[in-house]
Amino acid sequence: MAKLKVVVVGNGMVGHHYVETLANSDIDADICVIGGETRPAYDRVHLSEVFDGKAPADLALTTREAYEELGVDAHFGDFVSKIDRDNKQVVTEGGQVFDYDKLVLATGSYPFVPPVPGRERAHCLTYRTIDDLGEIKASAKGKQVGVVVGGGLLGLECANALKNLGLEAHVVEFAPGLMGVQLDEGGSRMLRRKIEALGVKVHTSKATEKIVEGDQHRLRMEFADETSLETDMIVFSAGIRPYDQLARDAGLKVGERGGIEIDYHCKTSDENIFAIGECAVLGNFIFGLVAPGYRMAEAAVLQLSDDKVSFTGADMSTKLKLLGVDVGSVGDSKGMADGALAFVFSDERDEVYKRLNVSPDGKYVLGATLVGDCDDYDTILQYYLNEIELPENPESLILPASDGAAPTLGVDALPMTASICSCHNVTKGDVINAIDNGCMTVAAVKSDTKASTGCGGCAALLKNVVDFELASRGVEVDTSICAHFKYTRQELFTIVQSTQTKTFDQLLASHGQGRGCDICKPAVASILASLWNEHVLASDLVPLQDTNDTFMANMQKDGTYSVVPRVPGGEILPDQLIALGEVAKQFDLYSKITGGQRVDLFGARLNDLPEIWSRLIEAGFETGHAYAKSLRTVKSCVGSTWCRYGVQDSVGQAIDIEHRYKGLRSPHKLKMAVSGCTRECAEAQSKDVGIIATEHGWNLYVCGNGGMKPRHADLFATDLDTATLIKYIDRFLMFYVRTADRLQRTSVWLESLEGGLPYLQDVIINDSLGIADDLERQMQHVIETYQCEWKTALSDDEKLKRFRHFVNSDLADDNVVFVEERGQKRPADLQEKAQKTLKAVS
Amino acid sequence: MGAQKLCNKKDLVVNSGVCALAQVNGQPQQLAVFYLPDTEQQVFAIHNWDPLGRANVLSRGIVGSIDNELVVASPLYKQHFSLTTGKCLEEDISVPTFAVTLSGDDVLLTA
Ligand code: SRM
Ligand SMILES: Cc1cc2nc3c(=O)[nH]c(=O)nc-3n(C[C@H](O)[C@H](O)[C@H](O)COP(=O)(O)OP(=O)(O)OC[C@H]3O[C@@H](n4cnc5c(N)ncnc54)[C@H](O)[C@@H]3O)c2cc1C
Ligand code: SF4
Ligand code: FES
Repeated sequence: MAKLKVVVVGNGMVGHHYVETLANSDIDADICVIGGETRPAYDRVHLSEVFDGKAPADLALTTREAYEELGVDAHFGDFVSKIDRDNKQVVTEGGQVFDYDKLVLATGSYPFVPPVPGRERAHCLTYRTIDDLGEIKASAKGKQVGVVVGGGLLGLECANALKNLGLEAHVVEFAPGLMGVQLDEGGSRMLRRKIEALGVKVHTSKATEKIVEGDQHRLRMEFADETSLETDMIVFSAGIRPYDQLARDAGLKVGERGGIEIDYHCKTSDENIFAIGECAVLGNFIFGLVAPGYRMAEAAVLQLSDDKVSFTGADMSTKLKLLGVDVGSVGDSKGMADGALAFVFSDERDEVYKRLNVSPDGKYVLGATLVGDCDDYDTILQYYLNEIELPENPESLILPASDGAAPTLGVDALPMTASICSCHNVTKGDVINAIDNGCMTVAAVKSDTKASTGCGGCAALLKNVVDFELASRGVEVDTSICAHFKYTRQELFTIVQSTQTKTFDQLLASHGQGRGCDICKPAVASILASLWNEHVLASDLVPLQDTNDTFMANMQKDGTYSVVPRVPGGEILPDQLIALGEVAKQFDLYSKITGGQRVDLFGARLNDLPEIWSRLIEAGFETGHAYAKSLRTVKSCVGSTWCRYGVQDSVGQAIDIEHRYKGLRSPHKLKMAVSGCTRECAEAQSKDVGIIATEHGWNLYVCGNGGMKPRHADLFATDLDTATLIKYIDRFLMFYVRTADRLQRTSVWLESLEGGLPYLQDVIINDSLGIADDLERQMQHVIETYQCEWKTALSDDEKLKRFRHFVNSDLADDNVVFVEERGQKRPADLQEKAQKTLKAVS
Repeated sequence: MGAQKLCNKKDLVVNSGVCALAQVNGQPQQLAVFYLPDTEQQVFAIHNWDPLGRANVLSRGIVGSIDNELVVASPLYKQHFSLTTGKCLEEDISVPTFAVTLSGDDVLLTA
């Protein structure tokens, strides 16, 4: 029997998916594909990334060579102009003729340009293909203003592109709101606010009457309300229209509003012709997204086999980032269904808008709109897709976590048919199948099912499903801190505490393997210190410490160190300031006031450190632990002693607290602050522990953070007397030390703590775990065993023997070279070093 | 050329490193010398220069093992260098290695 001849018209995303699916199936067919664009299929969805610097070639979904390897006969840059149904042939503009047994139309759509007089002028463009990008770029070159006509999803994406090209970007929309298709009014308004804040100018309810030559810029748009706008270019993005002329000419049935009509089998009115993707219309509906197009392609391929699966429509929910703003739309996003109940949350300060539409009986999700925060998207989508019954208070799905914990949907609640990855149509069942077949990691499941290899939006959900599934089979999900210990930091802490282990070697022998590494060694050293608080340089602890702990100073980029004495609460005696200056002068150290209300002296050579510290200790200083994962500083403001607004002695409190917790080794560094009134000059709300004075006592804040991911501290308890304040901080800190991960700041720890702040308050204030006494005792031990590490080290020659660059010579490291800048030294850069060495030689 | 005495055994730090100055082909070189008493070879030496952090600091890193390879982690940016081959595990770069032994109380550079 002759092989089945399949001809595909159009090589866009969907046409390509069809070709690839068919070529890789068991169906024996000769495949020919004819694409109108000059290049093989590429990723249209990520088109705008080209404006962020991606090369057009990186968008390619395939190549001519790849098609050749698949045995596909591919032609590019020639449009099919006629279908001859009687002779089962297609003819191209270039005059090529192809015979078919089955014809697949995947011609997609083109941008709609409203019939405004003047639209044919130069610099009136569209945005759909790689070629369009080139034109937009060329037109924008050296110009100032660009307008996008159309405030839908694509229009906004295009506005972002114009912004990236350095233009002042305007969006002109006919309707009263942005993204009217996906968003309800409230969502649309919030989106507008956010986008305007980013500098894009939005004009809604504007009908363009004509486009004429401009005075200041190339063009002028004149609107129905008699206003006008000058611009250098216009990009039309006012919707899309299916490419259906070919089908119309051939007498195929088309939809009322265009599009080639298909049935559930993706068949057109001619049983040998299929239509898929954006050119097809099913029940008057066009699916303008990739995922449904892919489903159609797969269904159309299966029509050639015995397994005649149907395409019955697809979910059109989307989650995207437009101009950096998270926007999500699920199902019936505007709540149009009869009797739908809506829950709306709007936060104008943080610019977040969420709307959840549920069925009249309150049991099921019908749809949702999310603007500014899409964290709840996955959960809501799963409720929607799988018709999972809602909890009694559906609003908890969209409320911020602190106002009554939002129940994130456990992955175990998902049915087997739940879609995990919509790009590649992978269900929870498929994932579990892959695990049954031996996939033991997320990476293995990914390569087996292709899940999460499309837009990537499902990565977190996929990981949850895989982890949960593996865990429920008793497969250890690897949370071990490294290859040497199959335990988390929390588990190691419990082990060390309950077995009273005192050294790393004991722990390695009883619970680990290998020799350890730079991950587990410092982590265990920190645990041992939190529990037993021995000197950092005790002989069996030394090999575990990071270099900063080993030399009780911070290593700088050239191998020298910095010196930071403790200045509790930032209060310092004039004589101490003088001493600092003298030491800095004597050892030629670069001096700087830090962000933590103390002084840092940089550029100390290893062999000078002991001498420097003995001078500092003489002047009454102690180590500042700037090198350690432990308490850094307790910042203070002047408070009631001097300040006309202060209501408590914030300096005194800060000093007491700094002395209490100095030297406590913890999973990560700790910072604290005390402010004397609500004006908050000490920035207590950005610290791990923050204290703000009130008329009646102290308000305690916890788990704030500056740094990479700033977090405002949470108010933990109010109007405390000093004794209660200290009790809570003792417990809080020890609970953190016990249960946090390696290098996890309190902010991240709280975010990951199940039950969140209310749980933490319950443990610390109500002693719900019955461990409060234990925590306090443990803290008392650390406080009682405090020693200034530098002071102890200075009286022990064995501990000091490493403080020289060479063990066998008094020479200094000749790679450490300084130059002068603004009256102080700094490390020389490469060039300066080369020059200095040259001079020395000549 | 005969063996060169670098230092005494008591100058070494158990399961960690120190830096010793050596003359190699007439040139002064900084050696990072590690003392792992529970291995057969006991002492290991690689150059002290961290080619990625561009400073003489490798002797001050943490010693450990990764897949049975003895390594030191650079204290600057934490890349691992093999104590036996000098190879960096993360980047395509190596540091020179040196043959050292313990002879009684002396640490010797043998070649
Ligand atoms: C010296 C100083 C900058 C300055 O010139 O002012 C500084 C310097 C360093 N900071 Fe910092 N930080 C300094 C205040 C801060 C502050 C401000 C503050 O404390 O009020 C912050 C943000 C607040 C916070 O931590 O929440 C800060 C956030 C960081 C971070 C990011 C932490 C995070 O959670 O994201 C790091 C990296 C890390 O710890 O992993 C860091 C790490 C470092 C290190 C240790 C980097 C390193 O490994 O070499 C720097 C070396 C210090 C040295 O050699 O002595 N430094 N660093 C400040 C010392 C304060 C002190 O007296 O102890
Ligand atoms: C900027 C942009 C961003 C987008 N973002 C998203 C997103 O985030 N998520 C999402 O799901 N979707 C998104 N889309 C939509 C998505 O790209 C389309 O749904 C998808 O490309 C449709 O695929 P298709 O193959 O049906 O059509 P197309 O990709 O348009 O391909 C049709 C091809 O057929 C060719 N053709 C037409 N007529 C003929 C003919 N007579 N002969 C030969 N060839 C012909 C056309 O030139 C074209 O190359 C976006 C689209 C754009 C433009
Ligand atoms: S926080 Fe209050 S007491 Fe402290 S300095 Fe500011 S205004 Fe004064
Ligand atoms: S949903 Fe896009 S990759 Fe999975």
